[in-house]
Amino acid sequence: MSVNKIKVTVNNKVFEEEIDSRLLLVDFIRENLGLTGTHVGCDTTNCGACTVLLDGKPVKSCTVFALQANGKSITTIEGLSHGKEMHPIQKAFLDKNGLQCGYCTAGMIMIAHWLIRKNPEATRDEIREAISGNLCRCTGYDSIVDSIQEASQNMIPEEEEDITAGQRGR
Amino acid sequence: MYPQSFEYVAPRTLKEAVEFLRKHEGEAKILAGGQSLIPILKMRFASFGYLVDIGGLQDLHYIKRDRDSIRIGSLARTSEIEESQDIRMNALMLAEAASQVADSQVRNMGTVGGNCVHGDPGNDLPSVMLALDAIYKVTGPSGTRDIPASEFYVDSYSTGLGEAEILTEIVIPVIQHGSGGAYIKQRRRAGDFSIAAVAAFVSINESGNCGVARLAVTSIGPINFRSKKAEEFLTGKKLSDQNIATAAQLLVDSVEPVADPYGSVEFKKEILRLVGIEALSKATDRALGV
Ligand SMILES: Cc1cc2nc3c(=O)[nH]c(=O)nc-3n(C[C@H](O)[C@H](O)[C@H](O)COP(=O)(O)OP(=O)(O)OC[C@H]3O[C@@H](n4cnc5c(N)ncnc54)[C@H](O)[C@@H]3O)c2cc1C
Ligand code: FES
Ligand code: FES
Repeated sequence: MSVNKIKVTVNNKVFEEEIDSRLLLVDFIRENLGLTGTHVGCDTTNCGACTVLLDGKPVKSCTVFALQANGKSITTIEGLSHGKEMHPIQKAFLDKNGLQCGYCTAGMIMIAHWLIRKNPEATRDEIREAISGNLCRCTGYDSIVDSIQEASQNMIPEEEEDITAGQRGR
Repeated sequence: MYPQSFEYVAPRTLKEAVEFLRKHEGEAKILAGGQSLIPILKMRFASFGYLVDIGGLQDLHYIKRDRDSIRIGSLARTSEIEESQDIRMNALMLAEAASQVADSQVRNMGTVGGNCVHGDPGNDLPSVMLALDAIYKVTGPSGTRDIPASEFYVDSYSTGLGEAEILTEIVIPVIQHGSGGAYIKQRRRAGDFSIAAVAAFVSINESGNCGVARLAVTSIGPINFRSKKAEEFLTGKKLSDQNIATAAQLLVDSVEPVADPYGSVEFKKEILRLVGIEALSKATDRALGV
């Protein structure tokens, strides 16, 4: 095992640890930090269940070494809600039946967060294109697209900047 | 799935990175975005003693426009290529190809450099670099050198890059008035590699005929390659539907695809013919400004 130091900001909190160089970002988040809202579906870059925001942009954390995030800022699903109050995207998924088992949901919401910030007026086709790297095996995509469209009407992109900005660690 | 153990190093300068690679030649591997390398390591198709993460070399992270060329630092992300106005205005086919690579998440992490030097014939950007006659600038222990994309690809996962060399920049000529390019990719599902894809570039000469034609192919055969036969046929001729169809047929006649889960030999040839026609037609329309 080869040990390395890592310093990252996760959901606006700074973490410093010593980790194995092989540790995948998703396992760092789930095992080391105990943030189990981020899921592992395929472990092969196909399903998007492990999607988190790295410096504000969605990546598949099963295909990123934790050390590649050194000095950067990460946002996970836990970083979106304000305490017990749901984030507008979470609320939209509830209202529009955007989930059944919920396994894919955190990944869907993270990519939706990025899409709405980038393109608040995304069309249904643009939403479908954006979530094309995220698989859902039970809900069907129509109600997920409905949820994201609904969320885009309630989320205020400017209010989200501080969620993804973090405090640059390095 | 976990890779075999490795030592991780994150050099702070290009010089430091090259020096480390030289010292550990044969044992060290460059890590850029990791979107090709990490899956390979996780499946244990390969392992290395050292991973040299060049992701922190900010000097290699840019997209610049000169008078006649666009210079892309090797660490520019695929998603940045897709969104760059400079590239959309001056080399549209590159943005077109970048937007069809994998999915948003992979494009946010994967770099242009990694895409072009990995040597996977299914990768989309090498074909565009071939069609645009790009130059790869590399730095190694004995200094820097230029490798034309047309001389870079040797065999699957085998390129003209030395083990201690780093691709630093890709230079592509701006697509001038009277020229046009297009990238057409056929895939089974969103996010997939292609069954076949074609990058076409054409220019129109004073007599209204084809001045230059460059045609590069993805996913058919061991490397991304240009079809000299089809290019020679088109040069000097009218870019008519008939001539484009003949060129696409010459392209198909020059390949020997292998059957795999993407399709049978016949199926792949037919897809290649169709994407060839579509890419050439679209490039021609763009060159004519229609
Ligand atoms: C699910 C999935 C689907 C994909 N679909 C597509 C697709 O449709 N089309 C497509 O084109 N690609 C596709 N890819 C590949 C993806 O685009 C990769 O990002 C890209 O091939 C490699 O870029 P990277 O920065 O991630 O490189 P890495 O994975 O970090 O490196 C790849 C190789 O290049 C070497 N390398 C990287 N940078 C340099 C450099 N500057 N100098 C010298 N050597 C270097 C590394 O040592 C390694 O050998 C897909 C990947 C996945 C996981
Ligand atoms: S678990 Fe990462 S993409 Fe499926
Ligand atoms: S809700 Fe079950 S996988 Fe999407």
